[in-house]
Amino acid sequence: MSTSSAIIGWKNLSLGCAILEPGSSRKLKTGDWRSQYPVLDKEKCIKCAICYIDCPDLAYSQNEEGYFIADMTYCKGCGICANECPKDAITMKMEEE
Amino acid sequence: MIEQDLKDFQKITQKSLPTFEGLAQGHRACQGCGEVLALRQVMKALGPDTIAVSATGCMEIITSSFPQSAWNIPWLHVAFENVAAVASGVEAGLKAQVRKGKLPEKKICIVATAGDGGTADIGLQALSGALERGHNFVYVCLDNEAYMNTGIQRSSATPYGASTTTSPSGKHSIGQNTWKKDMPAIAIAHRIPYVATANPAYHVDLMNKVQKAKLINGPAYLHIYSSCPTGWRHDIDKAVEISRMAVESRVFPLYEVLDGRYVLSRNVKKPIPVADYFKPQRRFRHLRPDDIAHIQSRVDADWEALQQKVAATNPAPPEPEAGSNKKEE
Repeated sequence: MSTSSAIIGWKNLSLGCAILEPGSSRKLKTGDWRSQYPVLDKEKCIKCAICYIDCPDLAYSQNEEGYFIADMTYCKGCGICANECPKDAITMKMEEE
Repeated sequence: MIEQDLKDFQKITQKSLPTFEGLAQGHRACQGCGEVLALRQVMKALGPDTIAVSATGCMEIITSSFPQSAWNIPWLHVAFENVAAVASGVEAGLKAQVRKGKLPEKKICIVATAGDGGTADIGLQALSGALERGHNFVYVCLDNEAYMNTGIQRSSATPYGASTTTSPSGKHSIGQNTWKKDMPAIAIAHRIPYVATANPAYHVDLMNKVQKAKLINGPAYLHIYSSCPTGWRHDIDKAVEISRMAVESRVFPLYEVLDGRYVLSRNVKKPIPVADYFKPQRRFRHLRPDDIAHIQSRVDADWEALQQKVAATNPAPPEPEAGSNKKEE
C-alpha cells in the first residue's frame, strides 16, 4: 500500500488534515506480517467466542454456522487464539514459503 | 446517586458480547499486542455514540498513520500531556451546543485514553484538574508499564525490578529501582464516583466496568492492565495468559470503587507465586530469588492493605457473626 496511497497533494487535503473515512486502515493488509496461521478444528470447537474477543487484530468473525473464522487478510499470526482456546481447537501452522 | 445512574445497566456476558467495533482492522499494532486488545474491548463496550480523545502513545501511533485511520468513531489526537483537558473541553463544548439547540440532546460518551506515561507522568496534572472539575467523561489508562512507543523507557508506572532501556539491569542495578505509582489510589483521592482496575484477560468484567463508567454521571477512571510483548519481552501468544497471571498472583488486583466503597472484582484466594508471573517475561529475568522474595512481600502487603480497605468501606454483615457467637456460648 503505503507509499503510493500516502502521497496526497495539498490541494486534496481535507480541512485540518482530518481523516474523513472511518476505519480506512482496512486498506492495509496486515496479514502480510504473519509467519504462522491459525487452523480451526470444527470437531472440537464449542463456539465460545474466546478467540473472537481475545483477538487484538479483529480478524475473527462469526460465519452462518456459528463458527468463528479468522480473516487471513488481517490475522497477524500472534497465536493468542490458539493459546487461549479452552478446547485446544485452534492450532498454529507455519506459513509455507 | 450511583444506584440511580446504574439503573439502566445491562450486564454483558460471554453469550451477549457487543457486536460493535470502535476500532477497525489494519491497525499497526505489534503482533500479540495486549494494549490494542484492551482498547478494542473498551470501545466495544462503549458503543457507537462515543467521542474518543487519545494522548500520544502507542495507541495513537498505530491507529492513525496518515492518511488512514483505524477508528470507526469520532477521534481526536492531542499532545501527550493534555488528553484529560481536551476531553473536558469536548464535554463542555457538547453541553454548550446542546444548550444552544445546535445539537439534539443525546447521551454521548466522551472517552480519554492514554498510556501509563500520559497518565502517571506527563498527563497527571491535566487528569487531576479534569477529575476535580467533575466533567462527565471516562478516562482510560492503558498501563503497559513503560514508554513502549519510543523504545521501552521507564515511566513511574514501571514495576520495581523491571529492566528497561533507561533502567537497565546489570551488576550495579536491579533495573527499575522505585515501586510502581499507585495511579488508581490517586484517582480515588479525588473522590470521583467511579474508579476501577480491569484486565483484558477478564474481558467480561472489563466490559461491564466500562459500561458502568459510561453510565455514571461524573468522571470515571479506569486503570487497565495491558501487556506488551515487545517491551516486556515475552512470547507473542502470551499476552492474555500473562495478564491473567498478573491477577492470579495478586500483582494487579481487580477492584472497583463506587463512591468510595471498595469492591473486589476477583478475590484471589490461592495466589500463584510472583516468580511464576515473572518467569515468561524477560524484563524480570535478571532477578535473584531474594529480589523476588522482596517483591513478593510487597505484593502481599499491598493485597492486605486492599483487603483492609474493602473491609473498612463495606459495612460488615452483622447477622451471621451474632449467630455464631451465640452458638459458641
